[in-house]
Amino acid sequence: MLNPTKVKNDFPIFRRKIDGKEIIYLDNAATTQKPKSVIDAIKDYYENFNSNVHRGIYKLSEEATDMYEKARKNVSDFIGGNDQNGLVFVRNATEALNLLASSIGQSLKRDDEVLLTLMEHHSNIVPWQFLMGKGVKIKYADLKEDGTLNMEDFTSKITQHTKVVSVTHVSNVLGTINDAKELARISHEKEATFILDGAQSVPHMPVDVKDIDCDYVAFSGHKMLGPMGIGGLYGKPDLLSKLPPYMGGGEMINTVTTEGSTWADIPLKFEAGTPNVADAIGLSAAVDYLKNIGMKEVRKHESEMILYAFQEEKYMENLKSFGPRSLHLRGGVYSFNIGDIPSFNIQRELEANSIRISRASMHPHDVASEIDKEGIAIRSGHHCAMPLMARLDVQATARASFYIYNSKEEIDKLFIGLQNATARFGH
Amino acid sequence: MSEDIAYEVMMDHYRNPHNYGTIENATNRITEYNPICGDTVHLEMIINEGRIEDIKFVGRGCSISQASASILTETVKGKSISSLNDLTDQKYLMDLGVSLGPARERCALLSLNALRKAIAGDGTAP
Repeated sequence: MLNPTKVKNDFPIFRRKIDGKEIIYLDNAATTQKPKSVIDAIKDYYENFNSNVHRGIYKLSEEATDMYEKARKNVSDFIGGNDQNGLVFVRNATEALNLLASSIGQSLKRDDEVLLTLMEHHSNIVPWQFLMGKGVKIKYADLKEDGTLNMEDFTSKITQHTKVVSVTHVSNVLGTINDAKELARISHEKEATFILDGAQSVPHMPVDVKDIDCDYVAFSGHKMLGPMGIGGLYGKPDLLSKLPPYMGGGEMINTVTTEGSTWADIPLKFEAGTPNVADAIGLSAAVDYLKNIGMKEVRKHESEMILYAFQEEKYMENLKSFGPRSLHLRGGVYSFNIGDIPSFNIQRELEANSIRISRASMHPHDVASEIDKEGIAIRSGHHCAMPLMARLDVQATARASFYIYNSKEEIDKLFIGLQNATARFGH
Repeated sequence: MSEDIAYEVMMDHYRNPHNYGTIENATNRITEYNPICGDTVHLEMIINEGRIEDIKFVGRGCSISQASASILTETVKGKSISSLNDLTDQKYLMDLGVSLGPARERCALLSLNALRKAIAGDGTAP
């Protein structure tokens, strides 16, 4: 069984104290901390192997290329990819989704449709909105009151015009786990390309792209113990091969003449310029660390954490938490508010329900600011999901998101911190 | 003024905001959001002969952003627009008297930035 206190010892940052207090880090949906093995792998690369890849015919470059391609294979295997050439290294999930929207977008025409959901992160909304200028329509599948996707609404919004369906696997606000396999099946039935935003799932649960049968999946390394600035786009190799390139430059070409150019094979076709070799190797070390624990164990631990939060929240007056209550539909993301924090509306503000007057509410920034004084890091705001905030009719939420180094004792401290914060705030 | 007292003053503005509301015959209006967190301040004012004759606000956000909006309306009401040139971010934050840190300083400056935009003329009526 996963022992979070033991896991914590592998992470140098937790030796640090801030104002004499241990760090309780509950913002893992934003980014995760790095184990020593990841930091060492990056250091080792720069100290012993640094050189440019795929170019030099000298020893250093051959070794670096070998390490980079082994990292690709390791990351590809981790998500169940059956061909490492389907794994393109990108900066993060955002870049992967921009690449897809741009390259797939080239073949989209006026009145073609892209289907998203109302629980998407801005990175799976804005790149698609770039296509609206050429007449592409964006549709959004609605949620049910329990925070799960409304499958009837989703199905009704796929039409013969739907060319792309792009959906998050796990909501970064509600923690909702979407049935990716079923969504892929429905999408393919309508001959739409199915894209999975795996930024909040790949780090937290077993993900098998073959089993899901998704056409593409996007994820970020830094949310799964890896370094910042590296992430993955996995695509079915036959689809990736047909997709036009995103950025031009070195590495991604076959030949260049003054008349024009031809493209390299995948994955290099999508990796213009010198790649982020060190961080790809760091991400591979993160994958090794997670494999060693086992993704089923990671998932089980986070389920226990969210269940414990459900049990403890009862003692907190005025706390409202969001997202599905069934553990099998819920990742380790816990969004909540103290009292009601409705979205801004001048007329409504002028009525006597302002939170300044209502002592039952405490704005999430104030919540986060107050418990920061006790060394607890949580997020507050719209979590880059403003359409979801509007749908929930909240301006913002506070959010605690769990990972392998978080313990039940830390959840206790979170709720004690919240009790103290509301007391100080004059409730 | 000690920092504790300054903080209490801010909390009092948050709980009992001054100049809260709208102005029917406002000459300038603006709704400003902090894109990082969604905090919102809506300002309405009457500017006449280079002077802010009246100013009110409506908003929703954290205690710092809303208290700051209330304090700002008190600070600038009746003042000439030219005198606002001296009200730099730094001076405004100093006058609040609370050390906020970079993240919350943005909350405190939301209403001041809104005021500058409204006066510059890109204050859009929502």
